[in-house]
Amino acid sequence: MANNYTDHPELRFELNHPLMKRIVELKERDFRDKDAYDYAPLDFDDAMDNFDRVLDITGELAGNTIADNAEGVDLEGPHHVGDRVNYASGTARNLDAMVKAGLNGMTMPRRYGGLNFPITPYTMCAELVAASDAGFGNIWSLQDCIETLYEFGDEDQHSRFIPRICEGETMSMDLTEPDAGSDLQSVMLKATFDEAENCWRLNGVKRFITNGDAELHLVLARSEEGTTDGRGLSMFIYDKRDGGVNVRRIENKLGIHGSPTCELVYKNAKAELVGERKLGLIKYVMALMNGARLGIAAQSVGISQAAYNEGLAYARDREQFGKAIIEFPAVQDMLATMKAKLDAGRALLYQCARYVDIYKALDDIARERKLTPEERKEQKLYAKLADSLTPLAKGMNSEYCNQNTYDAIQIHGGSGFMMDYPIQRYYRDARITSIYEGTTQLQVVAAIRYVTNGAYLAQMREFEGAEVSADYAAISDKAVEMANKFEEAVARVKEAADQNYHDLCARHLVEMAADIIMLHLLLHNATANAELFGKSVKVYARHAEADVAKHYSFITSLTPADVADYAQA
Amino acid sequence: MSLKIVVLAKQVPDTRNVGKDAMTPEGTVNRAALPAIFNPEDLNALEQALRLKDEHPGSTVTILTMGPPRATDVIREGLYRGADGGVLLTDRAFAGADTLATSYALSMAIRKIGLPDIVIGGRQAIDGDTAQVGPQVAQKLDINQVTYVTSVDNVKDGIATLTRTIDGGIERVTAPLPLLITVNGNAAPCRPRNAKLVMKYKRASAPMERPADGSLPYAEEYERKPYLTVAQWSVADVDGDLNQCGLAGSPTKVKAVQNIVFKAKESKRLTGADADVEGLIKELLESHTIG
Repeated sequence: MANNYTDHPELRFELNHPLMKRIVELKERDFRDKDAYDYAPLDFDDAMDNFDRVLDITGELAGNTIADNAEGVDLEGPHHVGDRVNYASGTARNLDAMVKAGLNGMTMPRRYGGLNFPITPYTMCAELVAASDAGFGNIWSLQDCIETLYEFGDEDQHSRFIPRICEGETMSMDLTEPDAGSDLQSVMLKATFDEAENCWRLNGVKRFITNGDAELHLVLARSEEGTTDGRGLSMFIYDKRDGGVNVRRIENKLGIHGSPTCELVYKNAKAELVGERKLGLIKYVMALMNGARLGIAAQSVGISQAAYNEGLAYARDREQFGKAIIEFPAVQDMLATMKAKLDAGRALLYQCARYVDIYKALDDIARERKLTPEERKEQKLYAKLADSLTPLAKGMNSEYCNQNTYDAIQIHGGSGFMMDYPIQRYYRDARITSIYEGTTQLQVVAAIRYVTNGAYLAQMREFEGAEVSADYAAISDKAVEMANKFEEAVARVKEAADQNYHDLCARHLVEMAADIIMLHLLLHNATANAELFGKSVKVYARHAEADVAKHYSFITSLTPADVADYAQA
Repeated sequence: MSLKIVVLAKQVPDTRNVGKDAMTPEGTVNRAALPAIFNPEDLNALEQALRLKDEHPGSTVTILTMGPPRATDVIREGLYRGADGGVLLTDRAFAGADTLATSYALSMAIRKIGLPDIVIGGRQAIDGDTAQVGPQVAQKLDINQVTYVTSVDNVKDGIATLTRTIDGGIERVTAPLPLLITVNGNAAPCRPRNAKLVMKYKRASAPMERPADGSLPYAEEYERKPYLTVAQWSVADVDGDLNQCGLAGSPTKVKAVQNIVFKAKESKRLTGADADVEGLIKELLESHTIG
């Protein structure tokens, strides 16, 4: 039986990272739940064993039930019946299995029925699910919207809504509108306070809403009449039990067919305010999106793994010129590069997830008691690290999964272009990852400040001090040279002090930073486990070195005056 | 109405994934070379039991298995999916049992548990494929039996309604409780392991599985949590008659084991050439295999 977790030891390696010790300590707080809940861990090893076992359950479900249903779901898609969504039959079976396996509300505290898992193992589960059906991954992963309600909602909302998510109800985040996509400040869905009923009422239209017929919706709406920017927006929670939101249509998409993308009509829908008015976009959606971006990064890594698996299996099986095509260097180049990008991207994703875990756990402790000055320092440090790595993890992994599915089809040759092999589904599913939850271009916008303020460079310089196995000393030296080039390129762009030049160079600078940081993470992994990562670190080092040189060359040959060449009428 | 349900489950070698060394030279199963798994149709039976428990709150599901200490795995797998407890029947004197001795041992254990409303198990185990144990247990307990079941549709006022597979179709039958049911492989697959239950029961074990030297990790947990100790019964515990147990109670004797090699009487080799393909089509049309 296939098991998406145990079949790929790289993931278990990422789980057993030294930072997990601190994460578990912060999440379990002296293991105080152990007497109240029969499933709470007794100590660190016990907690790690729990994560491993739950990943095993998820990997088995994904590798069998979800994988078996994936083709049918892709062909059937969801149904629009009346004003509602009926999932494809395979999707419904997947959801039922995940709920029975108790994999909902994973990160929520036990008092609400959750597993109190850190974000890191939860994100790993998201990767495992996405590797079998990326569209279903959306429906299941939207459970992490509850994080935002947990962080910003009140006690009463917690006790009414969180247990329902832990029992398996699904969520959606209703942000996008026909005229508000990347630019969410333009959201116009209207929220008015109904004095008679003492509740808020929502009116308007939302578009491209994933899982739009969910039981619970987080909705961004304009609560401040007469405003036109982000400061007039608030966050609401809408409960499907109250009615008032209908599904007008389900979009017909290139990929992720299992995930219903809906146009929603709000007609006087009753809703509750989450947190404070006017903080909807500037605070809550930012938190929501950071979580969602980590989710898309995980989805991308899952698709990358699936693409690599398909490419590898086909290359081993397919014979041409009297031998399996995996023996040809041209195919080996593609496969090894896919694997290197997969390992590098995954290392970045979980490094980021661990940083998120530490600061979020400290945030949570801060809701119980005052943090010590050391803890506050730690919280700030990890929040900054997490914020800097999130756009890199999302941006790079989504681009890598597009590249990997492209190469996997290439390995299949003509057969890959036919609808007969699963790789065509992964290829179509991959395409959305670099678009939704902020396009790659918007990830660059989020990341560039850490280029210019020196945060990425500081991380590189700190990595340079880490111990690396003697086998990789040469790679380690190259990483230093690459960081020097990066530093030089950044200085050049800053010196020019030209906004358009800066914006044109931004993607190049961000990719340089990502390449170098991922190379350091792989050096760490290969030093700890040469068998798993020894080849990938070498292949990735060559790829990264060439890529950094390319971007360096682009930036140093470009002057602010050249920007005009790029302007199209 | 709450139900008392006993699920009969067996740990079997995974004969679906057979490698080269799956058989000993003597023609018997090489158990060491095959992973031990939960007999597939017993998992279908467990699902039916758990569905009855979902529909009838307060019901209990107990897994009963006979085997060496490591067979406790099937009890843990049951606990992970929602069973309430389990009993491991283990004793050297149970070893070498054929279906008669097995059903005797199981029926004695069921009597000790206390006669349930429903005893349910898979139609047959993939190592022996006899389909005899279920019916024999029903005979020994002197209760009704319904075999080849694909679903237990409902239980109401002491009467169960069931769907069973018959030649060329299905049959719906009713039967009064207490009742023994054997379940087919085309019944609903078993639900997955549940995360919370896995974390709760992962250390559940039978006393014989634990190290004798006191090196058991988290030993104090077993005192605090009685559900971590799986009941383990010997022949004496179930008041068994040694002459009816194990090898002594097994009239089945293996007379001889033969290796059978399937060989076609006549074989033809065809190429992909048009003439060969046309010839084959003609031949198949003439023999009415196709067309």
